[in-house]
Amino acid sequence: MKINKSACVMVLYILFLMLPIYWLINMSFKTNQDILNSFSLWPNNFTFDNYIVIFTDPSWYKGYLNSITYVVMNTLISLAVALPAAYAFSRYSFMGDKHLFFWLLSNRMAPPAVFALPFFQLYSSVGLFDTHIAVALAHTLFNVPLAVWILEGFMRGVPKEIDETAYIDGYGFFGFFRKIFMPLIASGIGVAAFFCFMFSWVELLLSRTLTSVDAKSIAATMTRTASASGLDWGLLAAAGVLTIIPGALVIYFVRNHIAKGFALGRV
Amino acid sequence: MKKTLNQKAWFMVLPVLLLVAFSAIIPLMTVVNYSVQDTFGNNEFFWVGLEWFEEILHSERMHDALSRQAMFTAIILLIEIPLGIFVALHMPKNKGFWSSLCLVLVALPLLIPWNVVGTIWQVFGRVDIGLLGHSLASLGIDYNYTQNSTAAWFTIIIMDVWHWTSLVVLLCYAGLQSIPDAYYQAAKIDQASRWNVFRHIQLPKIKGVLLIAILLRFMDSFMIYTEPFVLTGGGPGNATTFLSIDLVKMAIGQFDLGPAAAFSLMYFLGILLVSYVFYTLMVNSEGQGS
Repeated sequence: MKINKSACVMVLYILFLMLPIYWLINMSFKTNQDILNSFSLWPNNFTFDNYIVIFTDPSWYKGYLNSITYVVMNTLISLAVALPAAYAFSRYSFMGDKHLFFWLLSNRMAPPAVFALPFFQLYSSVGLFDTHIAVALAHTLFNVPLAVWILEGFMRGVPKEIDETAYIDGYGFFGFFRKIFMPLIASGIGVAAFFCFMFSWVELLLSRTLTSVDAKSIAATMTRTASASGLDWGLLAAAGVLTIIPGALVIYFVRNHIAKGFALGRV
Repeated sequence: MKKTLNQKAWFMVLPVLLLVAFSAIIPLMTVVNYSVQDTFGNNEFFWVGLEWFEEILHSERMHDALSRQAMFTAIILLIEIPLGIFVALHMPKNKGFWSSLCLVLVALPLLIPWNVVGTIWQVFGRVDIGLLGHSLASLGIDYNYTQNSTAAWFTIIIMDVWHWTSLVVLLCYAGLQSIPDAYYQAAKIDQASRWNVFRHIQLPKIKGVLLIAILLRFMDSFMIYTEPFVLTGGGPGNATTFLSIDLVKMAIGQFDLGPAAAFSLMYFLGILLVSYVFYTLMVNSEGQGS
């Protein structure tokens, strides 16, 4: 009885989550006439046309490549600077450490809308406007604090005796960090990378403000289609479905760490 | 863990500091700069002091946007937190195929770009081509989120619940996973009711993550921009113009840099203040817990 009730709740909740997504997938396999003229729960005239358009038209598929480029850059930058900082926060106390920690976190709380215009001016003035690195750097605003926060949580779980033993065994700091410490917090790094990827991938406002042509993100491409070419629903749906796939893949790979990461990493 | 005092640790934090200084402090100073100046174009600025702040504080438009924002945040917190806890309590506990599948499916909405979330619901809610809109219309309910502000609110709230409840679920689920089985066995021996198990065993254990969930949902819902922007564009009229939407309209649409900057600063400080209170609560409860 109890198991059945739990299963019911889960099925209902997942149904609620999946219905809108199913509807999008459904639409992506329909032609535009079908969408507008006949209301059906599944595609009557099954078609791949919408996907073919996206994979052959550079203005579409380049959007995906651009997005993935800056997301990966952002994840790498965030992790590279967050790792030593998180180590410092988890192992040492130093002047102003607590204030610094909260100040870092406070950047996660800054509304991107506040920063849109200043970012635009800043990156234009240093000649980085419309480049991938500009978006990647802008996204570090909220991803670096998050990565530091998550990694610090994981690193606190590693006993300090391990550090000391390694030093006695003759490891230098970098050798210790790379060969002993990083494998120990591998799942923490995975979780941090997951969140960096996630927040950079889903963000629209900054990536749209900071790019125009060369580094235009898929999200920006989609909003342009929505307003300019008189709403091609099928195409929009297909583009939407394709943006869900990288996320689903990433979740699948980290699924066993998510729960642990949330708890330990205090995200 | 006892931490060693080591001022050299500053060098390890330095890269983060430089990066964040570049991407946070410089832009923030630009905002401060605008907020105390006025311009007639041609890059000529002159000092106006706190005039913009006063104007914003007394402007009807801001008050309306703020009250809409507060109402929105209150509603979604009231729905998402209890619903999230409820669903988390029913997540499959043992590791296996089903629990992995549940995790992946539950987490899925979190990984969808925000504008796509907007698009999904934009389509889903349309009377002519969307399942939700079509069903409601065939039930005889007058539902049109582009013209009726109640319908617009309904759509935005259900969209946010759809999008973010999973975050609360995952956090609570993680908290529940950390409760040892022995606790439940003890409760069974004492013949504790379901409610008592929840009240005295599960709730205290998930208190920490729950606070984080509330904090994150508060911050993020207060900054919500993309989804309502795509879904309703702030309309009908101004019915769903939340703070961020209004701010972007003001700064980039109308180029009223001074007021927009003053508004930004107050907006940021407001969120910061509430978050600080939460953070202090959180750190304190963590200290008690361990």
